[in-house]
Amino acid sequence: MTQKNSELNRRDVVKNILKNREKALVVTGLGGTCWDVTAAGDSPHNFPMWGGMGGAPMVGLGLSLAQPKRTILVITGDGEMLMGLGSLATIGAKRPKNLSLIVIDNEHYGETGMQKTHTGMGTNISMVGKAAGFPFAETISNVKKLNEFIDSLHLSEGPKLAVIKVSNTQDPLVLPPRDGSYLKDRFRSALLGEEAIK
Amino acid sequence: MKKNIKIITSSQADWPDEILSTFKEFNLKQICHVPDAGHAKLINLCQSDPKIICTTLTSEEEGVAMLLGAWLGGDRGALLMQSSGVGNVVNMLGLSKTCRFPILMLITMRGEWGEFNPWQNPMGQACRTVLDAIGVRVFEVNSASEIIDTVTAASAFAFNSQQAVAVILSQKFLGAKSFGESQK
Repeated sequence: MTQKNSELNRRDVVKNILKNREKALVVTGLGGTCWDVTAAGDSPHNFPMWGGMGGAPMVGLGLSLAQPKRTILVITGDGEMLMGLGSLATIGAKRPKNLSLIVIDNEHYGETGMQKTHTGMGTNISMVGKAAGFPFAETISNVKKLNEFIDSLHLSEGPKLAVIKVSNTQDPLVLPPRDGSYLKDRFRSALLGEEAIK
Repeated sequence: MKKNIKIITSSQADWPDEILSTFKEFNLKQICHVPDAGHAKLINLCQSDPKIICTTLTSEEEGVAMLLGAWLGGDRGALLMQSSGVGNVVNMLGLSKTCRFPILMLITMRGEWGEFNPWQNPMGQACRTVLDAIGVRVFEVNSASEIIDTVTAASAFAFNSQQAVAVILSQKFLGAKSFGESQK
């Protein structure tokens, strides 16, 4: 299945999800989703990752267990999710109710020359999530289903896995700050207060 | 017949209970682990402790990312693993250098002393070099009597300095994994 014809554009999808974030804490994968989230507006409640490929879902798990009352959104790409596929089993076993994994799936590695990923060759990530015990695990490929997901962002119990099929676009780079220590302190201070970074 | 190659008996040892107490002194909350014979008792203790959130991982690198998330959310934690897993976490450990957050790893050695399984040897013997290369501060423990002081010092170092720290537990006191009679 080619994604050239998907009616969903990744920048619009991420912008629309974050419009409804309320007090959600956001972790991004590296590459495309990092720029997508930043294009929607940088925030101290975002932790944009520039490295550690495959790690974003587990950063989300650690954060969701530490902050069980907050909604945690991990917004990552299909390539990053594929590198951390085992984390779906770990998160499925741990079942944090407040964690949503949102996989922006263009079926390509956008940062490295648009090589095809496994999701364009048969791997269905939402089925993996379903098999790992996620109460909600769906592939979303139209506006109607996307809007239903956005409306239920803070309602139904997770962990949730939304694999959102988007068209394969190359969008302008919108970069968040790069310094990892700064990003960490910015996030901790916004969430936990100034004392947390002293 | 070879004599005196110690076999893992951590289920009878007291040090896992003391490590858990040390974790609590330092206010550690999220403990994550992969399966490991040397840590078996400590894993059981953590799993049954209501004040600890204990997470079983499919791979060690999940644990490093998880501890970053825990720290972002205000929780301290530790990763229990063995030396073979050090090879699995190298890139992820770089996160600690970039983001400067604490990681406490307790690593049981394989392939070091009395090992029966030669497939454990390469990573076991490269373990220290690899940790040094990625900037993890390493404390080695060669006898059970040193464990608690070392875990205490390592925890203080990790959480006071927001640094990745590994405590390596030697097979010299831990013992080698049992392969039954074939080991003799």
